[in-house]
Amino acid sequence: VIMADLMQPFWQGGPSPGLFYEYPGKWSSDVASPSDARNRTSQPTVTGTSVLGLKFTGGVIIAADTLGSYGSMARFRNVSRVMKVNDSTILSAAGDYADFQFIKAEIEQMVIDEEVLNDGFFMSPGAVHSWMTRMLYHRRSKFDPLWNSVTVAGFYNGESFLGSVDKIGIAFKSASVASGFGAYLAQPLMRKAIEDNGDNLSYEKARHVIEECLKVLYYRDARSYNRYEIAVVTKDGVKIEKPSSSKPDWNVANVVRGFE
Amino acid sequence: MATTLTCVEIPNGGFTFDNCTRNAHLEKKGMVAPKTRKTGTTIVGMVFEGGVILGADTRATEDTIVADKNCSKIHYIAPNIYCCGAGTAADTEMTTQMISSNLQLLRYNTGRPTRVATANRMLKQYLYRYQGHVSAALVLGGVDCNGAHLYSIHPHGSTDKLPYVTMGSGSLAAMATFEMGYKPNMKRPEAMKLVRDAVAAGIFNDLGSGSNVDLCIIGNNMKVEYLRPFDVANEKGVRQGNYKYKPGTTEVLSKVVKPIKFDIVSETVQEAMDTS
Repeated sequence: VIMADLMQPFWQGGPSPGLFYEYPGKWSSDVASPSDARNRTSQPTVTGTSVLGLKFTGGVIIAADTLGSYGSMARFRNVSRVMKVNDSTILSAAGDYADFQFIKAEIEQMVIDEEVLNDGFFMSPGAVHSWMTRMLYHRRSKFDPLWNSVTVAGFYNGESFLGSVDKIGIAFKSASVASGFGAYLAQPLMRKAIEDNGDNLSYEKARHVIEECLKVLYYRDARSYNRYEIAVVTKDGVKIEKPSSSKPDWNVANVVRGFE
Repeated sequence: MATTLTCVEIPNGGFTFDNCTRNAHLEKKGMVAPKTRKTGTTIVGMVFEGGVILGADTRATEDTIVADKNCSKIHYIAPNIYCCGAGTAADTEMTTQMISSNLQLLRYNTGRPTRVATANRMLKQYLYRYQGHVSAALVLGGVDCNGAHLYSIHPHGSTDKLPYVTMGSGSLAAMATFEMGYKPNMKRPEAMKLVRDAVAAGIFNDLGSGSNVDLCIIGNNMKVEYLRPFDVANEKGVRQGNYKYKPGTTEVLSKVVKPIKFDIVSETVQEAMDTS
């Protein structure tokens, strides 16, 4: 009986020799635990504003301005938010720029891996859109999203493709897409243009609508910039044009005097 | 025995915010505040060559339900001044009616037609006094001795005097349309079409706006045309099928008619009711 008593441990529920002890209340809710910071994106830092996309007969146009905002500061004014995936697909992202750079690097590596296989096959725009959807939804499900609204556009097998994926994995295809403020300001204009032209926009008309939308966004989005990149994809391939600017009309200022 | 006289307390005037702290306290305790009926809205105004045009949609919402499919959002202020209202429906209605009433009294007092700037001043001073708690966002337009004027008034009391304005949840869609199409001194048919298109952009792209487009044109001669509806943009669908069964669908096999036998238990005579 005395032997049995000696077999019991001296204490229970306390620190075990040689191991780290997690005492209760070690991490109070005020202090972020180091594991938290590594595992979740809680807010974007450098951000891009709206991205517009519009289908026309024979291809798709995508447009995004070249501003990387740091909160309310127009910090990086020559940032390219449009990327070429391959000869049939282009991709653009709004939201956190660092996350876009991560996506860009991943996709570029995927394209290299494809070329190395040297079998003549390359990712279709639909495949890129699908991959993007799965990637973003997976990250959202881990509570660590890539804070972007991605627009995928392309021309494959004689058909235009235009799709959008959100940071929470909302994905869809449409004749016109716009992220951020573009959804409120540009989308009504693009939809009207599509409706007025019987769902069959020509390249010139689509181009004109996109340029008008970019002008309206410059007027009314407080985080926009008057320098944008337009990318067009047709059966002849991808063309990401040099940055250009809208010509805003400020003549209304002559009529405004005071506020009452 | 001393007689006591109760004094009538003269109210201090202005607004007491005691109920706001009470409401906040109650909500913390778990009270659910009643839903306000809002006019999640698209309202627009534009100055053109011949005066000013006001436009509005006709949907009134209670959260996610359409409370009124065809409400009127362009309110009368004076014979030459009208006002579109977005925000809480009761607030816009009562505020515009109150200012309209006061302006009538002012017209009697001064013997002169009302100026738009006067209506603007009255509205903004009232809304500022209530510090944004009166949730009324207004587009005020009219013609007076100094020409055509258009103002936008925000719930906290700030005003802007501009050639074209939009307010409400559909204001971005409508403003995008205006920015694309506005030119100074537009002709009447073109101006009416642009205002209609701006409201339509709100109706079809914003969930808080819908149904029809109302227009109100106040001409430079102070003549008013209240076009309600100007454009019935959303017709109710015609039902495709009829689920009513035709009489005779169910065959009657037999019919039995029996009187219901009942015994009289008691009889009383009631005097006529005293309804005096």
